[in-house]
Amino acid sequence: MAVLTMRDALNLALKEELARDSSVFLMGEEVAEYQGAYKVTRGLLEEFGPKRVIDTPITELGFAGLGVGAAMAGLRPIVEFMTFNFSILATDQIINSAAKMLYMSGGQFKIPIVFRGPSGSAYQVSSQHSQALESWYAYFPGLKVVMPSTPADAKGLLKSAIRDDDPVIFMEQERMYGMKGEVPEDEELTIPLGVAEVKREGKDATIVARSLMVPTALKAAEELEKQGILCEVIDPRTIRPLDIDTIVESVKKTNRLVVAEESHAFCGVAAEISAEINERAFDYLDAPVKRVSGVDVPMPYAKNLEQLAIPDVERIIAAVREVSYS
Amino acid sequence: MATQVVMPKLSPTMEEGQLARWLKKEGDKVSMGEPLAEIDTDKATMEMQALSNGVLRKILIDEGQSAPLGQPIAIIGEPDEDISELLKSAGEAKPGKSEAAPEQIPESDAAPAVETKPDEPVPAQAAAEVSSDGKKEPVQTGERVLISPIAARMAAEAGIDFKTIQGSGPGGRIIKKDIETAMSGKRERPSATPGLRPMPRPGEKGVIYGPSAYRDEPVSEMRRTIARRLVTSLGPVPHFFLTIEIDMERAADMRRSINELYPDLKLSINDIIIKVAAVALIQHPHVNASFQDKTVRYYEHADIGVAVATENGLITPIVRAAEMKSLLDIPDEVRELAERARARKLKPEEYTGATFSISNLGMFGIEEFTAVINPPEGAILAVGAMAPKPVVSDNQIEIRQQMRVTMSCDHRVIDGATGAKFLQTFKQIMENPLYLFVG
Repeated sequence: MAVLTMRDALNLALKEELARDSSVFLMGEEVAEYQGAYKVTRGLLEEFGPKRVIDTPITELGFAGLGVGAAMAGLRPIVEFMTFNFSILATDQIINSAAKMLYMSGGQFKIPIVFRGPSGSAYQVSSQHSQALESWYAYFPGLKVVMPSTPADAKGLLKSAIRDDDPVIFMEQERMYGMKGEVPEDEELTIPLGVAEVKREGKDATIVARSLMVPTALKAAEELEKQGILCEVIDPRTIRPLDIDTIVESVKKTNRLVVAEESHAFCGVAAEISAEINERAFDYLDAPVKRVSGVDVPMPYAKNLEQLAIPDVERIIAAVREVSYS
Repeated sequence: MATQVVMPKLSPTMEEGQLARWLKKEGDKVSMGEPLAEIDTDKATMEMQALSNGVLRKILIDEGQSAPLGQPIAIIGEPDEDISELLKSAGEAKPGKSEAAPEQIPESDAAPAVETKPDEPVPAQAAAEVSSDGKKEPVQTGERVLISPIAARMAAEAGIDFKTIQGSGPGGRIIKKDIETAMSGKRERPSATPGLRPMPRPGEKGVIYGPSAYRDEPVSEMRRTIARRLVTSLGPVPHFFLTIEIDMERAADMRRSINELYPDLKLSINDIIIKVAAVALIQHPHVNASFQDKTVRYYEHADIGVAVATENGLITPIVRAAEMKSLLDIPDEVRELAERARARKLKPEEYTGATFSISNLGMFGIEEFTAVINPPEGAILAVGAMAPKPVVSDNQIEIRQQMRVTMSCDHRVIDGATGAKFLQTFKQIMENPLYLFVG
């Protein structure tokens, strides 16, 4: 297995899928000549040419709509947002067109499109450029939402997203592009959407974490093991469809659940998981489900405040200890 | 509709409460069951819950102030409601008795058809509210037990009555671990018959003991006369005192041996005294009894109150059914109760309704003293220090560990000879503690 950064694993997935299927093409701001604002699309223009790797103007609503039209016409577009913060401008196309077209056309138009780009907190880019939007997109029926936490997952999941016939919101984490990990070299290896992975087994408490919170939760679990608390860490990997069964099974075993997330708690994914567990595993709970979420303020610019706004190892440890009554 | 919040009765002996801390301020939204304030009672600091939904409109007494039971201390209502009437009536309100309904102590089936009303109620977390039309409405939150869903399910499956379990979670929530603890550990022992009557058999696995069941027997004319005469001659509870000296060599040896086997146990002489007293009480039901005016109440189990000195005074948490409990269990239970007693975290049912008490001042070097009975219990055992003393044995002077205990007895239920026989049994077991293991 090769050790790759998240950036290169994503690049490899794009490259393999562009090569595999000529209906796949990539567009977005600075994806071609500049090779991507985060260099995820490095080398792709050179290899696949300007018809398949297309620089767009700074018009998110425009090129998102272009993508939806291309998908309706039979192509498989990959639309890169420089960051998901800018996808806010394109939400009409994503939500009102991409998500609903299959339904509203009575099944005539499938929309095999991937909207991808970095999301979540970055380093000191302040309120407008540092936010987690997964609960927005996961809210709408018709969209799939994917958030990988390792280079291997990123590659396998992006390949599945590109091959999927539904619109997929693929959220990479801006702080994790440089993170390294082993990636299987098999070109045909994909990871199915909607399947969670138990990243660490344990019996005393379950931590559900996604994206940037996965490595944070694993560190917390390591520390907690020293204190005699064995945590199971589950990464749902896909937010919608959510593999709630894996979480329910884990809670039946541990009786305690902490959900860690970068996003705000209110109306968030952790709130949804908490509600699902309440409905499906109430009789197995030994403590209320505890959320560890981003602080309920716009992301501060100041470095010290920014650190305080994002859940860290200590906050996850404190939450696990609380639900474990230790 | 706005309602007055009144000082609730939070302990069986509470007559007034001091407002320790408001947990809400005026203008805060409150919902039923939410903690409203912390009240210092005569025994502990207890949380008082709101009994209606709305906004805390007015706080009528400040932190640090006291109010008798039933006195309005706050008003809860809608944000825009006119509460002037309530405010006026609160100003005039005469402190009344709380209408809080007491929780009933379960009565034994064997109880004869005489008055069986318990006069030692265990209070529920209850309070009375007065509605704006001035009518007093008794309101009670009932005996709401906090328990996690999995703990409730495990208790149901194991047939455990979780209401008798002390929860270790926040706010006393019963959690999975508490049920597991309750379910674990019953040791079967062979039964044999020594000279003494057989020991009570250990209970079924996982059996939890609540307040002891009892039978009430009518007071005989003679006993009534004794009671009346002694009360008038010697104050409300007519005490008399019996002292006996006990050779502690074997008990001390046993304690050492057990602690060698179980270094973490930290078994104390007092733990052994609790167990021995409980076993002896079961053999002397007339001592494990209380005077109830028209009846004498005999308890099935020995619920031993253990006097614990705290910063705020004396409190006696109870080791329920101590005769059924192993020397491996008693030390932890006593330690845990004492710790919570010092932290003022005991629930009322944990310190009310003992059948017998033990007070030990041995650690202060007190050789011998008399203790005051904790009514309505029939007796209390005052334990002095264990110390080496010269003892005449086979015409030789030997140095042996001795300890003196003095029992204060309520003469209305215990006569001199009854008490003396109990102490005889107590001494006999204490001097031959192996009895505890072969019974």
